[in-house]
Amino acid sequence: MRISSKQITLLVLLALIAVAPFFFPSSFYYRVGALVFINGLAVVGIVILTGYAGQISLGHAGFAGIGAYACALAPAHLGIHVGLAAILGALISAVIAYLVGRPILRLHGYYLGVASLGFGILVAMVLSNEGQLTGGPDGIAVNDLGLRSVLNDMGLSLTNSEFWYAFSGLTLVVGAWLALNLYNSPTGRAWRALHGSEVAARTVGVDVARLKLQAFVISAVYASIAGSLLALQNRFITPEVAGFMHSIEMVTMAVLGGVGSVLGAIFGAIILTVLPQALTVFAEHEMMVLGLVMMLVMIFMREGVVPTLLRFFRGRGE
Amino acid sequence: MSLLSIEGLSIEFGGVRAVHDVSFNLKAGEIVSVIGPNGAGKTTLFNMISGIYLPGSGKVMLDGEDVTGVAPHLLARRGLSRTFQNLQIFQQMTVLENAIAGYHLKEGGHVLADMLNLPSSRKRAKAATEGAHALLERVGLSRAAEQEAGNLSYGALKRLEIARALALSPRVLLLDEPAAGCNAVETEEIDNLIAEVAREGVAILLVEHDMKLVMRISNHLVVLDHGEKIAEGDPATVSQNPDVIAAYLGTQAEEEASHAHS
Repeated sequence: MRISSKQITLLVLLALIAVAPFFFPSSFYYRVGALVFINGLAVVGIVILTGYAGQISLGHAGFAGIGAYACALAPAHLGIHVGLAAILGALISAVIAYLVGRPILRLHGYYLGVASLGFGILVAMVLSNEGQLTGGPDGIAVNDLGLRSVLNDMGLSLTNSEFWYAFSGLTLVVGAWLALNLYNSPTGRAWRALHGSEVAARTVGVDVARLKLQAFVISAVYASIAGSLLALQNRFITPEVAGFMHSIEMVTMAVLGGVGSVLGAIFGAIILTVLPQALTVFAEHEMMVLGLVMMLVMIFMREGVVPTLLRFFRGRGE
Repeated sequence: MSLLSIEGLSIEFGGVRAVHDVSFNLKAGEIVSVIGPNGAGKTTLFNMISGIYLPGSGKVMLDGEDVTGVAPHLLARRGLSRTFQNLQIFQQMTVLENAIAGYHLKEGGHVLADMLNLPSSRKRAKAATEGAHALLERVGLSRAAEQEAGNLSYGALKRLEIARALALSPRVLLLDEPAAGCNAVETEEIDNLIAEVAREGVAILLVEHDMKLVMRISNHLVVLDHGEKIAEGDPATVSQNPDVIAAYLGTQAEEEASHAHS
């Protein structure tokens, strides 16, 4: 049987999650790994929006903020379990993405970028200014998910960081699987078609406004769930999760790794999450080196790291 | 009974009359060509008929229904399909995917079914893929199916665009310079393809510069000059029309004059 590229991507991802811990110098790296997977999940959402459908958002951290604060606020005010709160957060993000996306997705290119940026800033402002509800800039505590103790009772004992490594890793695999399904589906083709030429997509019957909105809503749900995971893992959340820098980080990870490919997006998340840790040897020059690496990648690998390498090896194989 | 009726279509851009009061009819299985010198308003007329521009006045009737100003994706549902003068190909997709994209209305379903890769989604995609293979075969591109579309020659892309438009099983097909940039062999292939599609009962509206192609396959010609219809009729009659000759010779004389100056 021929193995499809979808299966290869999923296998690579599973192997990575399973094998990486053998190389961890300390248990601290489980935390870094979990952070990579959570970032990766948000970035897979950006791949759907930007890589597939060709729309840009510089405000997606706003949805991560909604997902994160849903986990903090819904249990306290609605009395629901924190896991349900994450699902509620995803639903709220979907509704808000629908309402915000309808007007702003009529815009193109940098106009859309600035409009979405405004949305992200708005969410971050609300989270830090409504201190009575959200705890303000100092942040707010989040309940324990409780899944680890359930697993413990079932005889599977994991440390807290091991649990979050595995849980966010598996969530990423599911997220990647769904995104890969979309790529070669009728919807994914319609997205890529409107990405290539909106006018031609219209003439084959693609309802461009509706398709863009679908991509926007789906990617918002990805960001929201990533935000929820972040809150649940840290048991604490600050408005920074919705901040401008976090939005930019998501897009940068996607573009650096290769915005058209799910594996590329995850690779981008790895680079930008792990590299700052590795570059601490440069002390105060850390951010400068990171900036330099990013510039060099974009100059020499415009399509992103993974697509460029794949092309290189395919070219050699022939 | 005409399938497509254009009634007094006009549009202005910043006070300039790009197309003024143009009317004609198109029956099923008929090939009507719109000809005229550069800048006569042919593509603008196409863009109004296909819903890209909103006409200033006049009507577009499709099978007796007023479709003036209806959005392109809704016109596609009603069986109107088109190609573009300046290729509009999905460059990053494969040739096959470009053809499958033409089946969007037939293969499209619920996004959640696609996301979960449900059997219903796979079934729709499979039917579209089979149809697309057959179409590529028909336009002679089946060997290039897995190539990225951006790598194809200009003539091949022209045929791919026609294949994509045919995937909609249109009742009316608008072809904007399908043979532009093609060599003699490619032009003849496109010529045969268009004639064959018309024989199947599709009404074809053609804009084309290649006069030999136009004269050979058209049932009816509409001549535009400066946005107005100056003549219409069968090819033999129109080519004898003094206004038409003047319009063409006029531009030729002007061009020669400008060459002489430069």
